[in-house]
Amino acid sequence: MKDKKIIIAGLLIFLIILFSPFLYNIFVNAGSAQPAPELVLTEKAKAAKECVRSTDYMTAEHMRVLDLWRHSVVRNAERIYVNSKGKEFTMSLSNTCLDCHSNKAEFCDRCHNYASVRPYCWDCHIDNPKEKE
Amino acid sequence: MNAKYIVSLLAVVVLFLLAYVGVEAAGLQVVFGIIIPYLAFVTFITGFIYRIMDWSRSAVPFRITTTAGQQKSLPWITDDKVDCPSTSGGVVLRMILEIAFFRSLFRNTRMKIKEGTKLSYQLEIFLWLGALAFHWAFFTVLFRHLRFFTNPVPVVVQLVENVDSFFRVEFLTDIIQIGVPGVYLSGLVLLLAVTYLFLRRIFVSNVKYISLASDYFPLFLIFGIAFTGVLMRYYAKIDVTAAKELTMGLVSFRPTIPEGVSPIFYVHVFFVSILLAYFPFSKLMHLGGIFLSPTRNMTTDTRARRHVNPWNYPVKVHTYDEYEDEFREKMIEAGLPVDRQPVDTQPAEATPEESEEKE
Repeated sequence: MKDKKIIIAGLLIFLIILFSPFLYNIFVNAGSAQPAPELVLTEKAKAAKECVRSTDYMTAEHMRVLDLWRHSVVRNAERIYVNSKGKEFTMSLSNTCLDCHSNKAEFCDRCHNYASVRPYCWDCHIDNPKEKE
Repeated sequence: MNAKYIVSLLAVVVLFLLAYVGVEAAGLQVVFGIIIPYLAFVTFITGFIYRIMDWSRSAVPFRITTTAGQQKSLPWITDDKVDCPSTSGGVVLRMILEIAFFRSLFRNTRMKIKEGTKLSYQLEIFLWLGALAFHWAFFTVLFRHLRFFTNPVPVVVQLVENVDSFFRVEFLTDIIQIGVPGVYLSGLVLLLAVTYLFLRRIFVSNVKYISLASDYFPLFLIFGIAFTGVLMRYYAKIDVTAAKELTMGLVSFRPTIPEGVSPIFYVHVFFVSILLAYFPFSKLMHLGGIFLSPTRNMTTDTRARRHVNPWNYPVKVHTYDEYEDEFREKMIEAGLPVDRQPVDTQPAEATPEESEEKE
């Protein structure tokens, strides 16, 4: 029947769509499946050993920490953060976070690009004087 | 209480526990992260092809289009080119509107008897709204997930992400903090819509009456998928880069199990795998089936063209004339009336012979 050709053509289009991620990674962008980017720590960060919270917590939840920090600084004018070990930190992206992690391009951007995350932190904190290449 | 949805709910809970315990206690990351997803994908593909090819063999002897407009006939009668298409262009347009906007569902009406004997038809729009929200949200979510299967992420996907997170929802309390990462509208719409579609089956009594376990199970499963997804993004956050490392491994046939991926992620992947494997054997096949709706995808040219049943074959007939030729003498003997008298015998002469014999 003549409809069969149309049905098979439609099925082929569906299969191509379905396999497009596979095809993209094999033909268009071969070798793009490199492992997740390594976190590059500066000497200062290595020396500090631990961030404001544990590393596991920070990898997953750092955006929540930053959001809460912003909220508490901007809305409540509270600038001191005390972590579970009783250590005090000034709540500041530019002055606290980027003080140790001064390598934004290597520490922040590589993972953000990998995961297609475009945080609006850098809309304001763009001219970070502490950033070093 | 209704066994049909309790069983479906229990099935999804068991699947959740299976994946959670399997990963958390038994350490079966390879099974739930690599083997089952691949098997599910293969099942989905082969099952889908099988079902479609099976349907393609179905006979379509007649034009059984349903129309919602004037058919093309005389030149001075305005015909409806989309709702009663006489050209394949019109059919394509009708199919696009059907697939993307569910026009048939939009025409859904509810019969009611008012004031004793008056029958009225009400526009019943909520199912259409719910279905539209559900399908579009699901499609957006699915499309956004391409960010886990491509590197670098294509601009189109980034664009959809930006549009989807257009509303910067900020919700900061002591227990739940939502705001960063940006809230995707599609995920929440999907959750709400699937909840509505479920509640509809529970609370509308006549819909409940016709609902089966095969209606409830996909709803619970999709709710589970959406819920675990939303959970991982906004509440029990996972290491996204590690998750992407796993999915990229799958999609480039170099599977790896990165460390530190939360069991919720494996539950999410397991739910999706179950959905994929279940897909070809279920009502979810309406994804492919809608393209083959015989009442929608044929031109309504039943008056303009003669459609002959394609499997008509020459039938061997035995007409009455032939029948009489074969049995004429026996019929005369039995005294049955015949259309034509035998040519050779002459009735006028035959009668006296017969009478002589009788004498």
